[in-house]
Amino acid sequence: MAVIPLERKPLTLSERAYLPQIASGLKTTLKHLFAPNVTLEYPEQRPAIPTGYRGVPTLVKDPHGREKCVSCQLCEFVCPPKAIRITPGEIPPDSATAHVEKGPQAFDIDMLRCIYCGLCQEVCPEEAIFLQQQYSMVGYTREEMVNHKDRLYELGGTLPDQHFKWDKKKAAAEHGNAH
Amino acid sequence: MIAPAKPDLVTVNIDGKEVAVPKGTNVIEAARLVGVDVPHYCYHPKLTVAGNCRMCLIEMGMPAVDPATKTPIMDPATGKQKINWIPRPQIGCGTNASPGLHVRTNTPLVRDCQQGVMEFLLINHPLDCPICDQAGECKLQEQATDYGRGYSRYIEQKNVKPKRTQLGPRVTLDDERCILCSRCVRFSKEIAKDDVLGFIDRGSYSTLTCFPGKTLSNNYSLNTVDICPVGALTSTDFRFKMRVWFLKQTFSLDAESSVGANTTVWSREGVIYRVTPRRNDEVNDTWMSDSGRLLFKQVKADNRLAGIKVNGTESALDIAVNAAAQLLKAGSVAVVGSGRSTVEEQFLTKKLAAALGASVSLVSRVGQGDKLLISADRNPNVRGALVTGLIAALPAAQLTTLAADVDAGKIKTIISVGEDLAAAGLTAAQLAQISIVYLGTHANATSAAAKVTFPTLTSFEKSGTFVNQQFRIQKFVRAVPGSAGANDDLLVLSKLIAAVSEGRALSPRAPFETSFDLASLWTQLAAEVPALGTMNFANIPDTGLLLDATSWLALPFVEGETLHYKPAAPQPAPAKEPASPPTSTPA
Amino acid sequence: MFDFYFNLPFWLRSVLQGLAVIFVIFPLAGACSLAERKVSAWIQGRPGPNRAIPFWFAWVPVLGPLLQRLGVFHLMADGAKFLFKEEPVPGHVNKFYFILAPVIAMIPAFSTVTVVPFGAYFDPSHRLIPLALANVDIGILAIFAVSSLGVYSLILAGWASNSKYPFLGGVRASAQLISYELAMTLSVIPVFLWINAPDAPATLSLATVVEFQSKPGFWGGTWFIFAMPLSAIIFMISLFAETNRQPFDMPESEADLVGGFHTEYGAFKWSLFFVAEYSHMIVGSAVFTLLFLGGWNPLPWLSLAKFAELVHLVDQPLILGLVSIGIFLGKVVVLLFFFMWVRWTVPRFRYDQVMKLGWQKLLPLAIFNLIAYAIGIAVIQK
Repeated sequence: MAVIPLERKPLTLSERAYLPQIASGLKTTLKHLFAPNVTLEYPEQRPAIPTGYRGVPTLVKDPHGREKCVSCQLCEFVCPPKAIRITPGEIPPDSATAHVEKGPQAFDIDMLRCIYCGLCQEVCPEEAIFLQQQYSMVGYTREEMVNHKDRLYELGGTLPDQHFKWDKKKAAAEHGNAH
Repeated sequence: MIAPAKPDLVTVNIDGKEVAVPKGTNVIEAARLVGVDVPHYCYHPKLTVAGNCRMCLIEMGMPAVDPATKTPIMDPATGKQKINWIPRPQIGCGTNASPGLHVRTNTPLVRDCQQGVMEFLLINHPLDCPICDQAGECKLQEQATDYGRGYSRYIEQKNVKPKRTQLGPRVTLDDERCILCSRCVRFSKEIAKDDVLGFIDRGSYSTLTCFPGKTLSNNYSLNTVDICPVGALTSTDFRFKMRVWFLKQTFSLDAESSVGANTTVWSREGVIYRVTPRRNDEVNDTWMSDSGRLLFKQVKADNRLAGIKVNGTESALDIAVNAAAQLLKAGSVAVVGSGRSTVEEQFLTKKLAAALGASVSLVSRVGQGDKLLISADRNPNVRGALVTGLIAALPAAQLTTLAADVDAGKIKTIISVGEDLAAAGLTAAQLAQISIVYLGTHANATSAAAKVTFPTLTSFEKSGTFVNQQFRIQKFVRAVPGSAGANDDLLVLSKLIAAVSEGRALSPRAPFETSFDLASLWTQLAAEVPALGTMNFANIPDTGLLLDATSWLALPFVEGETLHYKPAAPQPAPAKEPASPPTSTPA
Repeated sequence: MFDFYFNLPFWLRSVLQGLAVIFVIFPLAGACSLAERKVSAWIQGRPGPNRAIPFWFAWVPVLGPLLQRLGVFHLMADGAKFLFKEEPVPGHVNKFYFILAPVIAMIPAFSTVTVVPFGAYFDPSHRLIPLALANVDIGILAIFAVSSLGVYSLILAGWASNSKYPFLGGVRASAQLISYELAMTLSVIPVFLWINAPDAPATLSLATVVEFQSKPGFWGGTWFIFAMPLSAIIFMISLFAETNRQPFDMPESEADLVGGFHTEYGAFKWSLFFVAEYSHMIVGSAVFTLLFLGGWNPLPWLSLAKFAELVHLVDQPLILGLVSIGIFLGKVVVLLFFFMWVRWTVPRFRYDQVMKLGWQKLLPLAIFNLIAYAIGIAVIQK
């Protein structure tokens, strides 16, 4: 690594007198006095959320209202801080989505642990978990900071994609390729 | 993992590496010896070769020989004997080692074959890995990534087959996932001897199903789930419970009979989710019974004993030990040990009996052996009691002598290490007549009648060793922490010994410990038990160690023939011991 | 009206004057704290306090939101908070002196106000009458003497707190105040040399200084900041140091002393220190205005008398008095703003730099300044 010696110039008389320097400093601060504010008045003004923002992780439903999560637990596995806890279970045969067979009985995300890394969204094979634009998670107790399944769906809403993978499978089973 | 070396070894060449294997070994096993993985689905080392999945295709060749002169043809380029490669690929599982066999597993032809087979297998395989319980231990997943094309060209509709078919009480079938390897069919026919499975229809419509009017309900049905390379056969009990990649595997033993089948306990965060067999070619191959897989349910059973009780009130360990010692030191004591205790516990039971000068009884449990992996002796460790010297003769099913002694007033106190005295023939009146100190896991008539109760651990919650019917000492390791309020049997026993002998505890730290130091106990075991002289807990191999059984061969063991076990030739009469008294004093 | 006031017994007049000081200075100091917050915010590019508003005031159409935006109600909220919050007294302190210290801080802060003239009017004989609670002849001396006592409260607070950071803060305060008092005093001597003609009766009255700056003619109307810029600069720098303002706030410098002398203080006792500091600032700015900025004269070379003639207020003593107070307070407010402005411009000095500046730079400069002006004045007034 090359060493470049820099000559330190001796201070000029006006610099040593210091007062002209102060005057120039005062000019700078005076300019800032009249400059527009750079801050955001938070509760009323909200920041513009850029696309790709990683907010609170949420669960989504498909346009038919079916919960997309099938509790494969890949997000639970990949989650670096172990914030996700899923209790898998079988969907009862009398349910409208019984053809999916498996769904989460409980799905908890501990927002005190979540680091908003987005790996759960990346790993999800069913496109069921998304880090959306919600950035403000508050609560008075630790329990309040755990998002349960109903809260996750409430935050998540509907994903308007038109894949309907499981519905196509059901249709095939009903009048498709069976012999 | 092939049969031990026989004189007729042949040398084969696999991917350029020479290896000597017994004649008749197939290419998959031979390749495993040189560290080459030949992918396969239908082949299973303990089943017959079917050769229907075509995944194990390899290129094969033999050294060239002049047909006329029978002299080797040399390759001028290499100076070695020329190899005649068969132009078309062969299946590895059905190709047996013969002298000079040459095998190539990584040529473009083999790669193309593997990709083609994978593509065909995946055509009708549903893309439901997210809900499939096999995900994570699925051969199809693994080999699709290792040997597959990586993308699909199939745009037509996949076949639809029955899902969620109940083949039997414990097995659920998803036919769409089935790749028709027929492992389950062969297992049922060859191992379980219960031929109920077969394929119907043809081509891609082939469907696995039970024969009409039959169900897959034998006690070995869950082995079909283990050997299924995909998620077609699933355990109804484990289905959708937990992904396998979360589960911690702990080596354990099946404690339901003296066979001692090797098992793996799969648990997560202190909860056991399933038990599967662990391969031991000397004991259980790769199988175990369905009943043994359900034993883990006793860990979370409702009637687990929860707290130490003295005269019905909750107490602390040291107070209860003192209360028990007061009872035991009053004299007229009998010790009831158990064939379900570990070797270490039986050793301490013997020490306790010696300190008390008391007689020791064991209770035998005899059932019907199924000639496979459940023997007639349903105690896993009666031979351990013989090895440690706790008993010298085989136990009887009923404690008639002890009952008579109680009636005669010769016995005032009984300490039972895990045996229900009521089930062993003592009446409620007799139980009420005496003071009982009970160490056990679950509530029963004895724990209800006991003056002092110590809740102890199930075999899933502690480490220890069993000696099976072959006199093979096998160890198992703690899979989950003990349930609340339960103490290690070894800790309770060593504290009792210390309390009744008023002396130093076996382990100097024991009075202050809440768990027991197994290693230091084993140094004592090795010193005092001749058969275990060279061992310690750590150096017992995972597949167990055969002990010298000559001293006990004359005893009339109840076991019949099972897998890898033949009872010794029936003795004309017991030579050394008089006609098996149920109770005997320690040596 | 004035007669009624002057006919009151002396003690009652004194009480009224004292109350007047408290009721003017206390809110003014509080307003300073609000101004400090607002100016800080504006310089830093943020809106500053703008939340508090009494719910009933929120209904007032334009004015309500405007005052809320200006943060006016934060002043009351802050004051109420200081009054009502818990008064913690740490267990390890000397309780008597600990409580005494903030009280002592208030005494010099309020006492000095009494001798500061803050306006003027013309009596019927067109004689200029300065407005002051006590227009004493020793003026500037009284201010210097009394305001120096302020340091005792800091030393007392630092010592009584019985912990290391307050103690260091107290030590620093005493050393700093002594260091800069010299330069400050020396810097104003030329002013009084100038206004005191050799044969006239000598005076140190601040009103006289203003009168001198209101004389007709070029030299007469010149504010002393133009006539004696060096004095003004030295006085201003010393004023910063004396009032413990940035960049000289060594006694409380939170970066190295947590809170300095008031680390252990809270609630109302702490707010007394705060008010005392702002009172010192107000008095200091007032003195600077009187000495160097022409007091209540609206502009250089435009004395209050001329201004009164221009706008025909000579015979309206009440209105003229209020106008002059307004002019005077305007200059003080500008100076107070300057204090805050400098705070966000110049970073805090190191303690050794403070000492070096005081003893090695300002003191020789003040002595040189004094000698130069003494010679100059002697030559001119000869």
